[in-house]
Amino acid sequence: MISLAGRDILHGWGKFVLTGFGLGLLIGVTLTMGGVYRGMVDDAKVLLDNSGADLWVVQQDTLGPYAESSSIYDDLWRSVAGMRGVDAAANVTYLTTQVRRGEEDVRAMIVGVEPGTLGEPGQPRYLVEGRHIARSHYEAVADEASGFRLGDSIGIRRNNYQVVGITRRMVSSGGDPMIFIPLKDAQEAQFLKDNDSILTQRRRTAANPSLNRPGIPGLLESVLASQTGNSTVNAVLVRLAPGADPEETAEHIRRWKRHEVYTRVQMEEILLGKLIATSSRQIGMFLVILAIVSAAIVAFIIYTLTMGKIREIAVLKLIGTKNRTIVGMILQQALGLGVLGFMIGKISATLWVPIFPKYVLLEGRDSVTGFIAVMIMCVLSSILAIRVALKVDPAEAIGG
Amino acid sequence: MSGGKGIKVEGLKKRYGSGETAVDALKGVDMVVSPGEVVGLIGPSGSGKSTLLKCLGAVIEPTAGKMTIGDEVIYDGGWKIKDLRTLRRDKIGFIFQAPYLIPFLDGTDNVALLPMLAGKPNSEARERARELLKALDVIHRADAMPSELSGGEQQRISIARALANQPPVILADEPTAPLDSERAMSVIRILNEMAKQFETAIIVVTHDEKIIPTFRRIYHIRDGHTVEEAGEGRSTEVNEDGRILALSK
Repeated sequence: MISLAGRDILHGWGKFVLTGFGLGLLIGVTLTMGGVYRGMVDDAKVLLDNSGADLWVVQQDTLGPYAESSSIYDDLWRSVAGMRGVDAAANVTYLTTQVRRGEEDVRAMIVGVEPGTLGEPGQPRYLVEGRHIARSHYEAVADEASGFRLGDSIGIRRNNYQVVGITRRMVSSGGDPMIFIPLKDAQEAQFLKDNDSILTQRRRTAANPSLNRPGIPGLLESVLASQTGNSTVNAVLVRLAPGADPEETAEHIRRWKRHEVYTRVQMEEILLGKLIATSSRQIGMFLVILAIVSAAIVAFIIYTLTMGKIREIAVLKLIGTKNRTIVGMILQQALGLGVLGFMIGKISATLWVPIFPKYVLLEGRDSVTGFIAVMIMCVLSSILAIRVALKVDPAEAIGG
Repeated sequence: MSGGKGIKVEGLKKRYGSGETAVDALKGVDMVVSPGEVVGLIGPSGSGKSTLLKCLGAVIEPTAGKMTIGDEVIYDGGWKIKDLRTLRRDKIGFIFQAPYLIPFLDGTDNVALLPMLAGKPNSEARERARELLKALDVIHRADAMPSELSGGEQQRISIARALANQPPVILADEPTAPLDSERAMSVIRILNEMAKQFETAIIVVTHDEKIIPTFRRIYHIRDGHTVEEAGEGRSTEVNEDGRILALSK
């Protein structure tokens, strides 16, 4: 038996291909939206993976350092490093800001790390070019997505940093590329005030009688000195000793240091469940809408194609064609449209994903799920057309 | 009826609706068409021609009466055959007012579709189709799509389709309506030839006055009853191009 659906498609291939192309672009957008979500999740996981930390010690009652701001003293790491179950501990600061690349601005996450502590938590895991930060000031390692190249100058606040190393896939949970600079510089960048603010603050302090008491020499200078320095970081990243239990060690630090401590599982929950939860729901809504629109288009096209063949269907029924042959014809056309649309969608998504500004991760399993979803959608979309076809009276082929 | 084929209709009735609004479209139709015979079925609009055709074609169920195709009683106060679809496919050929060819199949496959539906292998079905197209003198258009065919060529292919499963009965509904006189006569000639060649009983429903004189027997349907009349029965002589050479007794 010849394939009626195949012949019909071949007969009107132009219309079919154009429809498939339109549907394909829609499917491509849907796959890309899914890829954007996967990219966000991957960015969040990469952020945690690349931090090299098993525990995050942050300010009490905060979800820091990625989801909320956290401020802790920069000498905390010493006592944490000496605790049971801790292999290494390191200070880290995070600051998402605009940095200057020549004449243009680049959104980046500035990460402050101790120079010369390779392999410690918080350091870039590997470089694709150049070297790690070796000096205490004004050197930087940049993620290649930032667009910086070796030797480039990065303007961060009032200082310029020279790029000495390039790393890859070191991004924030929002997908912004990371730029690593020495910790002291990062602390300064995070809390640096402009000259006018410093002068204003000094005047206000000097005018405060409780901070500038007569007869107590040196008090004002001491207070001013305490205001200029910055001895806080956002978090202490902790790497556990082999065999140490994360929960137990975290509880130990919580009890003795009176800070919030998150394990990897908890931090993942914060990033995925809280930080990108709204974005995920947003993308989920888009996916649902796109799926409905795609289904509506397939349903409309298949319905229109079927309505255009009502007389032929009546003739087919009259000459003895079984209902299942007619249903098969409509279903095959719907599935054919779905297969064509999916292929075009997959190719389109693969082609345009590299030019997306944010990381888009097209996973094989998502493609398989997408393909199955498209096929189910096509089957469901053809129900209306099948109902119409089954209701066609063969008598319609006979006049009168 | 000879050879155990043909169609016989006895006291066929069809009522639409019920109660006071019921309409008796057929009030007792009797009809016999032998194999190899082409009879005309004529009547004014609303006389029940289409209803009779639909009943004969097992598309709608009569209310009462008896229908026999060949030796097989297909209706006797109720359908005697469960699968009407298969009955239509194997025992009844249809020719429509417009050819209604499947637009996405070429000439051969439009004809071969029926044997294929009956379970014949594609090659065998196509072989049969090509034989019929050759007999109907449209083999040169076998690979053409319906949109590329003239009205006459389309109608010939639709005749070939009706003959594809060698049905004992063919029902033709105004087969010459869209054709000019010459092509109409050509179609009637072909139907006569095919009826003889394939031992098929053909019933032609028509309004077309120019072909009515060609039938040897005519059933005139009036008020739901059929009245058999002898037709003029003149045969047509048509040349290879389908042009009428003569219309004679």
